[in-house]
Amino acid sequence: MDEPQIYARLTDIFQDVFDEESIRLTPGLSAKDVEGWDSLTHIRLILTIEKAFKIKFSTSEIGKLEDVGDLVALIEARA
Amino acid sequence: MYPLYAELQWLPPAPADFPQRLKALGNGTGTLGLELRALALHALDLNQLTKLAKVIGRARREGNSLDPLTPFRLAVLSNSTIDLIVPALVSSAVRHGIALDVVQPSYDQVAHEALQPDSQVNSSNPDAVLFSLDYHALPLKLSLGDAAAASATVQGVTGYLQALRNGIKANSNAVCIFQTFAPPVETLFGSLDRALPGTPRSLIDAVNREIAEFVLDSGDVLLDVAGLAETVGLADWHNTQLWNLAKFSFSDELIPLYADHVARTVAAIRGKSRKVLILDLDNTVWGGVIGDDGLEGIVIAQGDARGEAHLAVQRHALDLRQRGILLAVSSKNTDEIAREPFEKHAEMLLKLEHIAVFQANWSDKATNIQAIAKELSLGLDAMVFLDDNPVERGLVRAMLPQVAVPELPDEPAYFARTLAAAGYFEAVTFAGEDLRRAGFYQDNARRASLQKTAGGLDAYLASLDMTITFQPFDATGRARIVQLINKSNQYNLTTRRYTDPQVTEAENDPAVFTLQVRLADIFGDNGMISVVICRPASAGIWDIDTWLMSCRVLGRNVEHMVLREILDHARAAGIRKLTGTYRPTDRNKLVVDHYARLGFTLVGEEESGLTQWELLVEGAEPAGVPMKVISLA
Repeated sequence: MDEPQIYARLTDIFQDVFDEESIRLTPGLSAKDVEGWDSLTHIRLILTIEKAFKIKFSTSEIGKLEDVGDLVALIEARA
Repeated sequence: MYPLYAELQWLPPAPADFPQRLKALGNGTGTLGLELRALALHALDLNQLTKLAKVIGRARREGNSLDPLTPFRLAVLSNSTIDLIVPALVSSAVRHGIALDVVQPSYDQVAHEALQPDSQVNSSNPDAVLFSLDYHALPLKLSLGDAAAASATVQGVTGYLQALRNGIKANSNAVCIFQTFAPPVETLFGSLDRALPGTPRSLIDAVNREIAEFVLDSGDVLLDVAGLAETVGLADWHNTQLWNLAKFSFSDELIPLYADHVARTVAAIRGKSRKVLILDLDNTVWGGVIGDDGLEGIVIAQGDARGEAHLAVQRHALDLRQRGILLAVSSKNTDEIAREPFEKHAEMLLKLEHIAVFQANWSDKATNIQAIAKELSLGLDAMVFLDDNPVERGLVRAMLPQVAVPELPDEPAYFARTLAAAGYFEAVTFAGEDLRRAGFYQDNARRASLQKTAGGLDAYLASLDMTITFQPFDATGRARIVQLINKSNQYNLTTRRYTDPQVTEAENDPAVFTLQVRLADIFGDNGMISVVICRPASAGIWDIDTWLMSCRVLGRNVEHMVLREILDHARAAGIRKLTGTYRPTDRNKLVVDHYARLGFTLVGEEESGLTQWELLVEGAEPAGVPMKVISLA
């Protein structure tokens, strides 16, 4: 799966989890930019991504995620 | 993960247009509560449940009615993160006909919330409190091989739980729902952990056993989370990474399942459990088509894999009947042909005598199910319909959304398991009368046929040789009283639901007049069939707070006898006037004229259809009915 495909898939997931259709993903997008992206929604986001891409993140990988770019890189390395 | 449970496979999958339907909610002309329920009746995942809950929350804030859903306030006390569970609870409750309002105090404040009289939970006046605790909350000190120390640890844990319960009881008198504990996966010795005192596994086993016994005695409610975790597998239940990351006490993938179990328990507290299992015959009760394959061609033999699968359906149905669930048949067949296996096939476990209503004809199944409901005097929302044919299932779901229709897999070996997984018959109490209920209704069918032959109604009633027994509420009758109060929909004047503690309160209050009524006749004992609560209004007046009757004794003028009994007690207590109210619901049209028929005078009428009535005790002389009366103080 290449980067544009991952972005497309992730956009759907973000819109679904945050229940907000206007979300557009950029590599620099992070929790402070999105309303409702608190620690619990973050967990729900991670869980939904794991399920959708059929991958599992390690605890330290989850801890290091800073923005959408990190997330895409991580998925790219796995999926 | 095994998908039947994790993915709620007894429910049809979420519709492809779920987001659109979610958006359209409340915009049309339909009833919001029913539309919500229709959506909730799908196998929704956590994100879908969360979104549905958002819509429900918005509707609430905007003051929109969620009728006909039944309101229920549930406080959840937990040592873990339940923020993702709460929305799932709200949406799953809708699936079971409940508009759930969840009170969620801050994280890990269990003892404070239970024990402080003015805590958030205690001051919120909850209907029930769920102790959603997992083993991390327990002071489980290892004491390997030391039985005395292990026993002390277990006593310590149950003592803690009872202290929490007593706090809730003293401060808010809500129903307490206790969970059993799912033991951790990791063992110390291996198999020996189960046997040796003081290991985590044997400590938790002992705690669970104590909780189960305690709940049976105290009238509290049990949610068997240990059983649920066992069913799906402990290794799938516990997600240690999620516990470390966010203090989730079990896997996120099982939140929809857990939430459905909480919801069905709450629904059972409110008397919404179903009462009748309607069976399709061909390829459900037996393999093959009786009309085509004939008596020798259908498959139900022991020793035949397919036959055993269908026999398992029969055995499960019979076991359900034993606990009081009625069985009925709806089959597209010629009646005589459909009955043939029941009468002549040696391997059939189900016999005609087990079937309360047998509908085999060529009408559509929705019509037949309505006929079954009518014959049994029960609502459609008491019915479960089991059919291997997806077309029939779809038709019944579309025509009669109140009827529960489980999805079934292609493999008949899993029919019984799928039916059981759906939890339609969840019960929080078991009264001795449940055991005999299936018999009651069948006797009724016999009574009805006698009525057809016996001349006039009076002659028929006299021929029944009835004995009616009155007595005030007591501990022995309490479980059945609570059950009737929460289950009766049709012959129920006010449809006020009371919990076990509230009924106990009425029982113990000398100012409140209570009545439990039993009826026996030549066909057998009907058990408790009517409940009355009168509360003192102004001086010399009793207000009839609750008057309900089981529909299986309808048409026997029992209500006249009940009124005579109330009047006798009223006179003795110096009461001069009875007041009564008819509060209309969508189910109790049956009793709209109840007070008029009993000679009460209409004194008030509201736009909602609510009517108020009164009767002067002096001179009131309701018609008697030929039956023997026993009045116990």
